[in-house]
This record gives sequence, C-alpha cells and structure tokens, in this order.
Amino acid sequence: MSTIDDITGQIAPSAPEDQHGRGYDGHWALVWQKFRKHKLGVAGGIVVLLAYFVALVPEFLAPVTLESYMPAYSYAPPQPLHWGRDDGEGWRFAPHVNAYNSVIDYNSGRRLFEEDVEAPVYVGLFVRGESYRLLGLIESDIHLFGPIEAGQPFFIAGADRLGRDILSRTIYGTRISMTIGLVGVALSLVFGILIGGISGLFGGVVDNLIQRLIEFIQSVPSIPLWIGLAAAIPQSVPPLQVYFLITIILSVLGWTSLARVVRGRFLAMRNEDFVKAARLDGCGPVRIIFRHMLPSFLSHIIAVVSLAIPGMILAETALSYLGIGLRTPIVSWGVLLQEAQNVRTIAAAPWLLLPGGAVIVAVLALNFLGDGLRDAADPYSD
Amino acid sequence: MGHFMLRRMFYALPALIAVSIISFLVISIPPGDFITRTAELRAAQGDIMPLAEQEAMRRAYGLDQPVPLQYWNWITGIVTRGDFGYSFAFNLPVKDVIWPRMGLTIVLSLASLLFIWAVAIPIGIYSAVRRYTVGDYVATFLGFLGLAVPNFLLALAAMYIAFAGFGLSVGGLFSPEYVEAPWSWERVVDLLGHLWLPMIVLGTAGTASVIRIIRANLIDELHKPYVTAARAKGKGEFALLMKYPVRHALNPFVSGQNDIFVDIVSGGTIVAIVMGLQTTGPLLLDALRTQDMYMAASFILMLSVLVVIGTLLSDLLLAWLDPRIRYQQG
Repeated sequence: MSTIDDITGQIAPSAPEDQHGRGYDGHWALVWQKFRKHKLGVAGGIVVLLAYFVALVPEFLAPVTLESYMPAYSYAPPQPLHWGRDDGEGWRFAPHVNAYNSVIDYNSGRRLFEEDVEAPVYVGLFVRGESYRLLGLIESDIHLFGPIEAGQPFFIAGADRLGRDILSRTIYGTRISMTIGLVGVALSLVFGILIGGISGLFGGVVDNLIQRLIEFIQSVPSIPLWIGLAAAIPQSVPPLQVYFLITIILSVLGWTSLARVVRGRFLAMRNEDFVKAARLDGCGPVRIIFRHMLPSFLSHIIAVVSLAIPGMILAETALSYLGIGLRTPIVSWGVLLQEAQNVRTIAAAPWLLLPGGAVIVAVLALNFLGDGLRDAADPYSD
Repeated sequence: MGHFMLRRMFYALPALIAVSIISFLVISIPPGDFITRTAELRAAQGDIMPLAEQEAMRRAYGLDQPVPLQYWNWITGIVTRGDFGYSFAFNLPVKDVIWPRMGLTIVLSLASLLFIWAVAIPIGIYSAVRRYTVGDYVATFLGFLGLAVPNFLLALAAMYIAFAGFGLSVGGLFSPEYVEAPWSWERVVDLLGHLWLPMIVLGTAGTASVIRIIRANLIDELHKPYVTAARAKGKGEFALLMKYPVRHALNPFVSGQNDIFVDIVSGGTIVAIVMGLQTTGPLLLDALRTQDMYMAASFILMLSVLVVIGTLLSDLLLAWLDPRIRYQQG
C-alpha cells in the first residue's frame, strides 16, 4: 500500500509486504517463520528440547536411582508390560509386569528367566520410590512411573551385568551426554569467535596464518589425536575433572569450523553498507561488532553450533566406549555402552545397546534441528 | 602441471613437520613414562622395582634426555634411516611392527573409499534426478541415519548380525591360521573374505555425506541452460545426464574427498579397535595405555602422513580435472 506524503504530496514507496499483508517483521520473527516451514527441523527441535528436559530432571523421570541394583536380575531381559489381569472376577485394567523366576542353565552357564504370573508387579504413574533431590534442591520421592510398591523388580528395558535398570541408567546418562556437547561447543565457540574474529577483522598476514593453522588442524585425523590426548589423562584424576578435560580435548580440534564461519561472516559484512554507515556515524569497533554485526550473524552461529554438538556427542561416546573418556561413577551413554564390549555379550543381552539408540536419536534430532536452523538463518534469501 | 605439483608438494612439507611435532608432544605431555607404568604394573603384582633400576632403564632407553632432544633423535632417525625408534612393550624396533599394520590400514582405507564411490555416486545421481520420490526420501533418510550412527556402534551391530544371523565369526582381517602366515595367494583371498565387513562399516558414514554432496550439486546443475540446449539437440536423456551435468557435479565432490579420507582414516582407528582388525588402531590404543611412546608417536605420525598424502593426491586430481585451479595457483 502506498501512502501519500502530506508535505510533498508525492507517493512514498511502499513498505514491502509479504503475501499475508503484513508489514515489516523483525529479523527473529522472519527466522522463526522460515524455521517453522522446515518440518523435520521443528520435529528435531522438539526432540532436542525433550532430551534437555530429560537431562534436567532424570531423577524424576527414571523409575529407580543409579544406586539401585538387584543381583538376582543380572542380565535380565526386558519385562513385557501387561495392561490388565484376570483376578478371578474377570479382566481388570491393571498395568503390571511379572517378576522373574530365574534358573541357572548349567549347560550354557547362563541364567534363564521365566515370568512368574503369580507375582505381578503393579505399575503406576507418579509413584513413591527412592528419595532424591530434584535439581539438587527439592527433596522428593515421586517418580513419573514405576512399581507402585517401591523396591519391586521393574526392568522394562532389561538389566545389566549387576542387575541395574538399563532404562533408568540411560535416562541418567542423558545429563552427561547432552551437556558434554553443549559445554564442548561453548568452549569451541569462545575459541572460534575469538580467533575467527581476529582473522576476519585484521585480515592480511594474521588472517593468512590463522587460515593455514585451521587447514592444518582440519587435515589431522582427529580420532587418533583425541585418543592420544584422552589417554594422557591419568587414572587418578577425579571424574568431574575428567569431564572438563574431555570437553577441552574435544574443543581443541572442534573450534576450527566455527572460526571459519565467524571469519567468513566478518569478511562478508565488513564492507556492507550498514557497517560503513555505522563507522561513518563514529561508532567504535566494539560497538560495530556487538551492536551492528553480531546480531546479523548470530542466527548463523546458532545454526553452526547446533550442527557441531552431534560431533561432540559422538566423540565422547566413542572415547568413553574405548575406556579412555569418561568413566564410572559418571554415567554417560558411552560409559553405559562399555558394558557391551564384545559380540557374545551383545548376542546374549542385546538390550545393552539401548544407550546407543539414545545416541542415534539425539544425534539425528540435532542434525535435523541444525539443518532447519541453517536454512532459517538467512531468511532473506529464498 | 609439473610446476603446480612441485609447489603443492612443497606446501605439504611444513604440514608434515608440524604433524611430527604434535605426534611427539601428545605422547610426551602426560606425566610419567613407560618405565613408571612398568614399575606400577610390577608393583601391582607385588614386585617392587628399585629406583636405581628404573633410572638405569631410563638411561638405556634415552628417556632421561630433555623432550626436544628426544624428538630430534627420533625424527632424524626416521628421516635418515627409516628408524622409528624402539617399542618397549614389543621389544622390537617400531618399524618392524608398524609397516605391516600401515599396509593393512591403507588397504582398508582405500577399499572403503572405493566402496563409498561405488555406492554413493549412483544413489546421489538417482536421488537428484528423481527428486522428491520415495527412492529419494529413502536415500536421504538412510543418509541421515548413516551420519548419526556412531562408527563403533555400527561395527558392533554388523558383528552381531553376522554372528547371530549367519553364524559367522567376525573380527580381525584374517582367519586364525593366516594371521602370522607369510603373504601368499590364499592369504590375500582370506583377507578379501574378511575385508568387506569393516569396509562397509567404515564406508557408511562417508556414503551418507557423499550422497548429500552429489545430490545438492547435481540439482544445481540439472536446470542450467546448457542441459536444455543439449536436450533440444535431441541427445538421449541418460547420455546427456552423464556427459554434462554429472561431470560438473563431480567437481566439488572431488575437492570434498580430503575430508572423507580424513574421516575414514580417523574413524578406522575406532572400528579397528572394536572389530579387532590387524591395522593400526588397536596397537595405537595399547601403546598409548602403556606409554610405549615411540610406538604411539610413530602411529599417530604415520596416520597423519597418510592423510597429508591423501590430501595432496586429491588436490592433484582436482587440478588435473579442473584447469581453472591449475592456472590460478600454478
């Protein structure tokens, strides 16, 4: 719609409108609109949000805590869930699993499990169980689901060597596995923005040197180096420090792609009109970078970050699996997968691979989310 | 072309030097050395190693010298005599252990690369030409899945399927009777019989990314005017596709080979450890654990050299394919 300027009486150029007849939308509104159209990206985003929610309150979501174990249920297969039960007076709705009777098969030396229909373990929502501190603050003993009578066997996804619940442990593992990616990427981001920014801002010899350095780091096979660095952590280091050392090791090689993006954006934007205008208006370099340049490539950075997290999760899982990354008592998906060291164990207890399934879902979701964000990061191109 | 090749090789030199320094540093950073580890192990068995003996061993192995000097001795040994130092754990010169392993690593990496090309190029082309069909969606989905599954998990799954489904004993690159045997025709056949599984496992992640690269490149090319022109001249659809747009689309793919090769060599380490292959991976891990420093450093160095050479070759290939690159830089 054109408007007639009151003073000059001329027709002023109209504000661009999209097909919905709306006027200007802010940058982030445009990004959001474009992102919403990327269905896989949205789905990935929802899964990622769920995963971080799990990482926040695993104590509440898991049926039992990490300390709980039942030696009699060593390598017990998943208990099938039954929805109801015939108690003589007809079928009633009463979700339950059956406890196992176990016999040791002396031929194979393995424990065989049989459902004991006489010993149902009734299952409910919001049941009272072992007490825990939610977020380390709120004392509680309510679990989202689990056996109604606390302490009864409930292994909906099977048990490991020591008779610990795989599902609960996988839920707890989410915390470490999902955050190690975040912390690692945050560190890489600091390096990346700093070094990439210097490279893009100064240009010339500095830029050339940094670019050669990045090319060099990217051409080194990362996993042997990661293994080398991770193996250098002495066994005596406490678990929490191992966690931070691993994130540092992952980001030592991980910052390069972020630095490339930041540099590329800096170079592209240095000569943009609005940056020139800001400079001519007398803005200092700090204000130009943070007030004018950063907002316009923040969406790109977010996209690259979300694409960098899966690599970190995969690397942590692999290192922990090999026994040179995180180790117990820290519980991450990779640490849990250590239980599945050889083919025979897996053939006997395939449910030990459940944490691997969690890794795949998380990495897929993050990839989809990252793809969607990358498309949305530049909402002006079509 | 010769000029370009020389220049490019000259550029690889500083990378090689830097790689050798980093390989050695990674091994030298951790506190303690092979002697401390041995003493710890012996102490765990109740056998205390006298300090004087530890010092004597250290002197004998040259571990009492400052790190830069150790590095200098090691690297000059490699460059002048092909001597990679001594493996404390094996009681053998490193070069006796490293060469057969490196050979198998190269064979496995190249086989995986060929597998990726053979699988990914046709699927990539199909997915681009038949965009938004069921086949394209399946390929895209499998591609994403291939990227998301960790290599070692895929290795475990493949071994499990081969073990539980087909009763095959997998793991290793040879049947037990051929592990130590000298090379013979039967041994090669045996190797080929074992190579395919790790090859598929290693190739999967790469296949996924190559499919995506080819698909994206080819889609860009398919609607260019030159394609329409060729079609208007009456060229058959398949011949047209192969002759023009596919050749264009392969160019960025060739330059992307570096990254894929790095990933294969890198991921090969873990797959080899999980599947117990006679390549560099398992020995590297052991050497790192026991701080068998010359062994570990030599392995990291050789893997990196393999990657640097791979990068060099793919750059040369690209220059040979695309004259613009040779003239711009040469």
